[in-house]
Amino acid sequence: MIPASFEYARAGSLREVLNALAAKDGTKLVAGGHSLIPMLKFRLAQPARLLDIAHIAELRGVSEYRRGARIGAGTTYRELMESDILRERFPLIGEVCRTIGDLQVRNRGTIGGAVAHADPASDMPAVLIVLDALINVRSKRGKRAIEARDFFQGAFTTALVEDELLTDIILPPSPRGAGSAYVSFAQAASGYAIVAAAAIVARTRKTVSHVEVALTGLGDVAHRVESTRQLVGTKAEPEVLDKVAAEAAAGIEIQGDIHAPAEYRRHLTAVAVRRALDAALARAR
Amino acid sequence: MQRSVTLSVNGAERSVRVEPRALLVHVLRDELNLTGTHIGCDTSQCGACTVLIDGRAVKSCTVLAVQAEGSPITTIEGMGRADALHPLQQSFWEKHGLQCGFCTPGMIMTAADLLQRNPDPSDDEIRHALEGNLCRCTGYVNIVAAIKDAAATVRAGRSAGAAA
Repeated sequence: MIPASFEYARAGSLREVLNALAAKDGTKLVAGGHSLIPMLKFRLAQPARLLDIAHIAELRGVSEYRRGARIGAGTTYRELMESDILRERFPLIGEVCRTIGDLQVRNRGTIGGAVAHADPASDMPAVLIVLDALINVRSKRGKRAIEARDFFQGAFTTALVEDELLTDIILPPSPRGAGSAYVSFAQAASGYAIVAAAAIVARTRKTVSHVEVALTGLGDVAHRVESTRQLVGTKAEPEVLDKVAAEAAAGIEIQGDIHAPAEYRRHLTAVAVRRALDAALARAR
Repeated sequence: MQRSVTLSVNGAERSVRVEPRALLVHVLRDELNLTGTHIGCDTSQCGACTVLIDGRAVKSCTVLAVQAEGSPITTIEGMGRADALHPLQQSFWEKHGLQCGFCTPGMIMTAADLLQRNPDPSDDEIRHALEGNLCRCTGYVNIVAAIKDAAATVRAGRSAGAAA
């Protein structure tokens, strides 16, 4: 398969990227290209011009940020997995990266590319939602920060507008002693989630003081689970966990496909949420 | 529109005229005659086209040649010679890690990336690393054995080198 023709240029600076986006001339950005190049090959996308942003240093790497972390949009999954800051402070990132693609894909694919692409079955959105991540974007008009829970709006649809570049992702510090987990029921051939749950839980003495769970794979977009609120203030007794898991899919429109009908996804949702909560609780200190 | 692209392949600079849409795997095979890099699925699944860019295993069917300009590329032809095989090539031979051989170049390039960062991988770690490389013949058992064997050879070579 061969893509349709396009022009190609390498961006040397952020300014050059923002100027190109402001021109609204059909330029598409490419970093790792592991979402875009398959689409080009299938001719699902036929941009006039590609601007390569893989070599802009300020878009790459993980750094300390206000006791949390800042992740450049062009950071590869492999770099995320090898980051000491993320391993210590946000082990959920490494856990989810292990389930994404394969070794070669993780060597090229970038977190910013995946987040901006917003494939409905991708793993990172649910994780960023439970970590209360902020997505920083820039354009010639200025900067803004978008909460992850507001960023993902639908299948391949985000809060990014045409002239904006996703520059970095901020992870605020997690509550002290928090435990996290990612449980994915993946389609065997593609590795994409049929249903997956990301969870983070913190306890003060034995009482749950913080909990966030988000789901991916159910439909067009990752969902924050509302039923977990009833866990706060409890000691996470089995019957409360059962109730939270059973109600996790409430209010979410579940879509079936050739891999799993909606009813099976509903069932898996309860299983994934319960397992993710159990694992996160076991890891919480 | 064609443009000149200079690739650094197996230690040599090679200039070709290609369109920006040319995939690295096609340039390696059709322009540079490095046909050891295979095309299996063409959809980033099978790993037969795996090469190293900047020392990291990537699927060359999912990289544009223009993206690889300026980065060192290693293909299976750069691993060893017929009279001086790379430890991975030697071990795939000795441990019968191939049958038809179509997936083998990709398997070896992925294994090379793994062994760079993990000189003593467990069976599970090898299998996880090979997630993106499909073999339709062997059932993977001998591939895992070959990679373990090569890892031991490399480690022994290193300690011998350190002793000398």
